Parts: sequence; structure tokens; C-alpha cells
Amino acid sequence: MTLTEQELRTLDYEPDPGGHFGDYGGRYVSETLMAALNELDHSYQKLKNDPDFQREFDADLASFVGRPSPLYHADRWSKVIGGAQIYFKREDLNHTGAHKVNNTIGQALLAKYSGKPRVIAETGAGQHGVASATVAARLGLECVVYMGADDIERQSPNVYRMKLLGAEVVSVESGSRTLKDALSEAMRDWVTNVDNTFYIIGTVAGPAPYPQLVRDFNAVVGREVKWQSREIFGKYPDALVACVGGGSNAIGLFYPFLRDVEVAVYGVEAAGRGLSTNEHAAPLCSGRPGVLHGAKTYLMDNSDGQIAHTHSVSAGLDYPGVGPEHSYLKDIGRANYVGATDEEALAAFHEVSQVEGIIPALETAHALAYTKTLAASMRPDQTIVCNMSGRGDKDIFTVAKMEGISLT
Amino acid sequence: MSNTRIQRRMEALKASGRKALIPYIVAGDPIPTVTVPAMHAIVEAGADLIELGMPFSDPFADGPVNQRGAERAINSGMTLAGVLKTVSEFRKDDNDTPIVLMGYLNPVIAMGETIFCEASAAAGVDGLLIVDMPPEEEGSLVQSAKTHGLDLIYLAAPTTTDERLQTIGKATSGYLYYVSLKGITGSSNLDTSDVSERVAHIRQHVSVPICVGFGIRTAEDAAAISSTADGSIVGTVLVSQVEALVDEAEKIPNALKAILEPMRQAMDING
Repeated sequence: MTLTEQELRTLDYEPDPGGHFGDYGGRYVSETLMAALNELDHSYQKLKNDPDFQREFDADLASFVGRPSPLYHADRWSKVIGGAQIYFKREDLNHTGAHKVNNTIGQALLAKYSGKPRVIAETGAGQHGVASATVAARLGLECVVYMGADDIERQSPNVYRMKLLGAEVVSVESGSRTLKDALSEAMRDWVTNVDNTFYIIGTVAGPAPYPQLVRDFNAVVGREVKWQSREIFGKYPDALVACVGGGSNAIGLFYPFLRDVEVAVYGVEAAGRGLSTNEHAAPLCSGRPGVLHGAKTYLMDNSDGQIAHTHSVSAGLDYPGVGPEHSYLKDIGRANYVGATDEEALAAFHEVSQVEGIIPALETAHALAYTKTLAASMRPDQTIVCNMSGRGDKDIFTVAKMEGISLT
Repeated sequence: MSNTRIQRRMEALKASGRKALIPYIVAGDPIPTVTVPAMHAIVEAGADLIELGMPFSDPFADGPVNQRGAERAINSGMTLAGVLKTVSEFRKDDNDTPIVLMGYLNPVIAMGETIFCEASAAAGVDGLLIVDMPPEEEGSLVQSAKTHGLDLIYLAAPTTTDERLQTIGKATSGYLYYVSLKGITGSSNLDTSDVSERVAHIRQHVSVPICVGFGIRTAEDAAAISSTADGSIVGTVLVSQVEALVDEAEKIPNALKAILEPMRQAMDING
């Protein structure tokens, strides 16, 4: 059901009232969650046009996060590659070191406006957990973060950060002990404590209205790129590249450009040990539509419909599902989804660290790996904006360990 | 319209002034061969209907006990096709007890909604309860279920609004599953007086029998719930018992029977 260019140019890219993006999204949840989701939807639809709410959100993005984040010309790396001019959208410079905080500020404000004193969150790499704990501390909210036991091991610095910020970190031992299990556990908490608890979802996955509201809070990224690119190189970029786990940094960058069909859009999934192996986390590249965590979307499952165990070197991309809007953008032909392997991501991690003086997050390194390939196929008068979605400080232990280096 | 096995059973219970005892176990937990004997034992203990769990890897509406049950079943090799085979096997010796398959949508999508409904009906399944498919997300499953004479059972929760109760009341057939607690399966603190108030309220919007689940652990719970509701659904306490006997699976049928018999007695005295 690929749409024509004209159709893509005029589509409104909004979900229907039930939260469906085409066939995807919706609210595939137990009745026990329905009232909470309806309440959230109601308050969000009201608050998103509330000037006081928007003013407080914008003010926090400016003074607490440090927005706008710069659009940086990766001049040396562009020359090394010898193709398109590469720009980094520096979300790594945000307070807490990633794009995640844009969304958590928005949702924590929703919690505050809805009178919920307790927030919960799930986290994979720990970035969303840190971002949630940060805004909870700032707003004086109680915060509980669910994290897979394996991820806790892989991301111990972030676990400590969350604790420093006053959050309780709950280790999830069930299932594959990663992000998907943390998400299930957080939903369980929410169902049980819905009266006083707001669930801050970390990505554009989950039941409606989460995919829409998380997108809207992250869309500040793409809106800034629109004026920054005009200011810096006088036009919109020719291509946008972002990594896709659940897909919140990607949709934040893509969404404001969706009707500008001359801007090509690339989402980069974790191809792990290769798309031809079963050890990856690339549902859009090699999964199929199904229902997981409350939404219909592309996912990775076995022939019996059991959700697959995924693999990626980066905890933040290690998730078998993806935001439903990405599934829709894939099917209508507005966005391209590609993969980068662990090895390609690690190579880009080192290269960008050494050539540009920026240590990227391992998640981001997947976007960088594809950016390199894409840039090489383009002309020097063309431009790519790659979302530098997070900084890599949290990953240095993982990388060192893989390379047999001991840091202790 | 009383042509399904579930509807006939519910009407017979009503006529005799009794309430439905509805146990839930996970097919294939902990090994596939124990499930059919366990189902027969459950019926001998006085069950009126069986909810048979279709294991799913990510059952986020269930508590940890039921999730571990699903994990054991999947690890033992149970598949959706295997669940249907289990039902056929059970039907060889029991053509009366209604069976409702309870689970999540993704395995059903993987098999194909139409094929699944056709195969379910052929195996002797009577109803489907898909936890993560509210009436708003009805797809081809609903039409196929109707075509093949399968009842579709929906959930109502303490937080369900009157407006939604009407939608759910129209959608559900066979019975309505009232989730007696906010939370997940296996939660504690059941407030029976609160439940009876809610059940009375739901009756104003829903014409099918109302069965109550979540949090029923003892014979007293089952009796108290049955004094107002049309049936008691008992799950987590059985799955816990299965878990305790993973290494002695042959003891599971009798152990489940031992939990259910007092419930049956208490319900019948009260009723």
C-alpha cells in the first residue's frame, strides 16, 4: 500500500481517534488498562493545546535541557568519506546526554498536571530511566524504574545515576531479562497503581496515546533542524538518518519533515550479528506485523507467534517491537528502514570518536554507520542530518570489555 | 440463541440455582502430557467450564505466577497447534464441558485468525478470551469466531465506565469476565462486598452471565463471590500448585482436584 508522492505530501500523519496509524497502533490492551489510557488520552488532547502547559514545557526544554541543541557540521568526517556533507543534530549535548529527556519532561509535566505523585518507567540502556529519574527529582515525584537484569549488568553506571537521583531501580528477572520484560513489568505496576501513578513510556511504542504523545514531545528535534538547516546551509537536508529501537529519536527528527517528500528518511535498525542470522533486533527489516505491548506493529516472533529474543550490542536497540508509526511509514513508503550490524556500529563508534572528537552512544553509532554508507553514495553539495541521539560515556565499559580492555 | 455449549451450560446452572466454577490452567504447564488428565480431574472436582491458557511469551496482563506457567509451557514445546490438539484429546472423553481458550493475540495472528477459529471449532473449543483484544480492536477474528459458532468473552474491570460496559455488553457472548481487582492476575486483597456491588451494577448493562476472576484463592472467596456473581474463575492458585509440583507432574491432577473440591462444596452450600 505504498502511497504516491502527492499523497505523501498531503497526508496529515496523525493517528485516528483510536490511535491507529493505518493498520498499526491502537490499544491492544487488557480492559484493566483501558480507563487509564482513556484518561491519559483525554488529558493529553486537552493539554497539548494548553498555552500554560506548552509554555512550561518550552521553558524547561530551554533552561533545564539546554535547547536548542546545535546542528553541527561534521566537516572532517565528511571529507574523509568524500561524499555528502554530514551534520549531527547534537541531542548528545542535552542534559542527561540523550534525546530521551525531551519526552520525559513532557510526560512528567503531564503527571504533574494530572495530579499523580508517583511516576514509573522502563528502561533498556538506562538513558530513559536516568531521564525519568532526573525530571522526577526536579518535580518532586516518586520514581520507580524497571530494568531487565541483563541490562542492569550491561549498564551499571546508569543504574547508579538513577539511584543518585533518588529513584528506585527494580531488577526484572523474567523472560529475556531485557527491555521487553521491563516494559511488561512496568505495565503491571501501572495497572495495579493507576490511581496515583503515571507511566512514563520511553519510546513511541505501547498503546495509544503513547506513540503520538512521545512523538510530539520529541518532535522539537525535527522542528529545530528545519530552521537550523535553513540558517546554516540555506535549504532542508537531502536526507535524515536516525537509529530505531522503539524509534523515538527517529520519529522526533522525521515527523516535522514527513510532508517534505524531497527529504529522504532513513531509520537504522540493529542488525546485530547480521540480518541473515536470528541474532538481531530489526523488526522492520526482517519481522512481520503482530501485536506486542498494546500496539499492532512490526515485530520479531517465531512461527508460533512467541516474541523472539533479540540481540544487539546496544541495549537501547535490543527490543523486538517498534513504534507503530514507523510500521506505517514503512508500508506507505515514506521512510526507508535499513540495518547496521554490531561490527559496523563499533567501527563507526571509533571513527567518529577519533575524527570528530565526539564519543557517540552505541545506539547512535548504528545511525552513523549507515550515514557513512549513504554519504559515500551522495555528492558533496548534498547534505545529511544524522541524529546524534546520545553520548557514549555510558558505553565505554561495554566497548572496552568487548575489546579485552580492563578499566578497573 | 442458546445453541453454544457455554450458553447451554450457563442456562442449566441457572435452572438448578447453581453457580459456575471455572478453573484456569495453562496448556502444557509444566509438560504437555499432564494437561488432559488435569482437565478431566478438574471436571471431576466439579468444574462447569474450563479456561485453558494459550501460553504467550509476553503476558503483560498476567502476574508473575501465570507468566512462569506460560514460560514452562513454551519451554515444554507447547504451541498454539498443540493447545488445539490438547482440546481434541480432551473431547474424546468429555463432550459436555465447555472450553474457553484464553490468551493473547499475537500467536493467533501468527496462525491466522480464520484458520485459528476454524481449527478451534473443529477441536471442540467453545469460546475465546483474547486478553489484549478489546472490542475497539475487533478485526477478522470476530467475524471468523461468529462464523464458527465460538463465543467471544470480554473482560470488564472495576475502572470500566458505564459507556464502555454497554459496548462490552454488546460484544461479549457466553459470559462476561469481571476482573475483580485493579491489577494483574494473582494479586491479593479481594474485597468481596465491593465486588458484589459492582456485579449488581454491571447487571444493569449486561445481559449475559457475569463470572468473576482475579484474587479468588480459597473456598470462602469462591463462595462469597458466587453469592452475587454467576460464577467464580480460579486461576493463579492452581498455577501455583502446578509450579509446586513441576518435578512430580503426575501428582498435578489430584492436587488441582483437592483445591477445587472444597470450592465447589462451599459454592453449592452458599448458592
